[in-house]
Amino acid sequence: MAKSDKTQNPAKGDVQEPGRRDFFVVATYAMAGLGAAAVAWPLIDQLNPAADTLALANIEVDVSKIAVGQSITVKWRGKPVFIRHRTADEIARANATDITGLRDPQDDVARAEKPEYLVLVGVCTHLGCVPLGQKTGEVRGDYDGWFCPCHGSHYDTSGRIRKGPAPTNLEVPPHNYLSDSVIRIG
Amino acid sequence: MSAEKFQNPVVRWIDHRLPVFSMLDHEKYDYPVPKNLNYMWNFGVLAGMALAIMIVTGIVLAMSYTAHVDYAFESVERIMRDVNHGWLIRYIHMNTASFFFIVVYIHILRGLYYGSYKAPRELLWILGVVIFLLMMATAFMGYVLPWGQMSFWGATVITNLFSAIPIVGDSIVTLLWGGFSVDNATLNRFFSLHYLLPFVISGVVVLHIVALHRFGSNNPIGIDASGPQDTISFHPYYTIKDMVGIAVFLLLLAMTVFFFPNAMGHPDNYIPANALQTPAHIVPEWYFLPFYAILRAVPDKLGGVLLMFGAIAVLFILPWLDKSPVRSARFRPLFRIFFWLFLIDAILLGYLGGKPAEGIYVTLSRIATAWYFLHFLVILPLLSMFETTKPLPKSISEPVLGSSGRSA
Repeated sequence: MAKSDKTQNPAKGDVQEPGRRDFFVVATYAMAGLGAAAVAWPLIDQLNPAADTLALANIEVDVSKIAVGQSITVKWRGKPVFIRHRTADEIARANATDITGLRDPQDDVARAEKPEYLVLVGVCTHLGCVPLGQKTGEVRGDYDGWFCPCHGSHYDTSGRIRKGPAPTNLEVPPHNYLSDSVIRIG
Repeated sequence: MSAEKFQNPVVRWIDHRLPVFSMLDHEKYDYPVPKNLNYMWNFGVLAGMALAIMIVTGIVLAMSYTAHVDYAFESVERIMRDVNHGWLIRYIHMNTASFFFIVVYIHILRGLYYGSYKAPRELLWILGVVIFLLMMATAFMGYVLPWGQMSFWGATVITNLFSAIPIVGDSIVTLLWGGFSVDNATLNRFFSLHYLLPFVISGVVVLHIVALHRFGSNNPIGIDASGPQDTISFHPYYTIKDMVGIAVFLLLLAMTVFFFPNAMGHPDNYIPANALQTPAHIVPEWYFLPFYAILRAVPDKLGGVLLMFGAIAVLFILPWLDKSPVRSARFRPLFRIFFWLFLIDAILLGYLGGKPAEGIYVTLSRIATAWYFLHFLVILPLLSMFETTKPLPKSISEPVLGSSGRSA
């Protein structure tokens, strides 16, 4: 009764302390909220990649058959990966670029473990189109690398953004050399 | 007009233009509910809850399911093994289907016992039977989707029921199949309809509730509330009471999902469908067994099919078979005995439906089937003519408070 006296007696004008009932109400809603979150989580998490999708998340590529100056496109996690066997001239130009003025400054050596093979995720960092420049005769943009036809982003021979709306360089996927000629991507 | 009762200005602004909050308020506080409802009145809410669980988990499962004869079984196994929490979501969906039927069967039996189908609630009852039929169709088609042996042969047997129809039967079955046997076309349309029907059920549930709120809930003594002293508001009294039922329901569901997830299923459905070999002993899901027993009890193809559908059809005309003006079985001593006999008969039919169709089981099935129809078509009409009922209390309050209940 002491509690109800307190809540029903505002005449004193003092600040009411939270009663036992307030605690029960808050605790009940908190438990219900936790329960709802626990139920919601499996329903949301099932949208994430399934175990079999994750199991397919890396591939191995033999790059020894790519002639100098040629590119191949392989599919990794449902996306195109560009592998270009760069010419000495392309490597030289990539290294000669002054990176201080670039939108996403990065040295070429940080992008290619072996300078002759450049591995890139072939997805424009603007809105996800696949840039041109893999096949002979395709437009390669102002910097002789890749050119995205959707909104006009120009990438250089290191896959760095030089002109156009894309915010960052073409992504270099995690990869390592299993031998001199076999790359494991992912 | 009633917007002033909300403190929150946003709520007030919305409610003035779209009175959803007033409607909720109306259902929560203004809707009078008899004050003597027992826990049997939890099962409507529980059924609604089961429907919600089925729709949510079903939408999620459909994201990973492939409706094609070559991929369906494997996509379900992928859900069980690879999709994050897929096993949990599928087991919840599977077992809630069974729980849905348990809850609805209790809900129907509640209506039978307390005479909830009688005037003025006949349409409410009929809408309920419509929901029951839709549930059966949905459950049957859902069981086909995993494309196991029981899926395939269940689909084959049930669709073949329609071949019993004279003259056009075979054409109808071909139409249902979209081919010359249960095959990819069948699986695709079943998936489509299995996704559609729960939303149709939801629509009929809305009608069911509209019809319910016209006259309010029946109650254990089956007489109308004589005034405000006989009713209480839905909230908080029955929301709290429903919460207790929901807690027990979820507890039992969780126990089944986590410890006995396949107890109500059939192991043969984990064998991929094989159109060239029927399992030795095929049975439908447990909730169809009483009707399956009726089907097999009749030694005639068309007759069996007609009686099986008749077993549900008879529920539609129940309000006009039992014309006794007294609703609740509490005041009908003979009806009460026959109610329990009917329940035993229905359970017996369920048991027999799961047994092979041979020997003593066939004889028992015939007796139980005969009793099922006797109960509705003969016993109930006769009871309503000749039964001497006990005197009804004058009001809902009277049995509890004595005569003071009326003056209070």
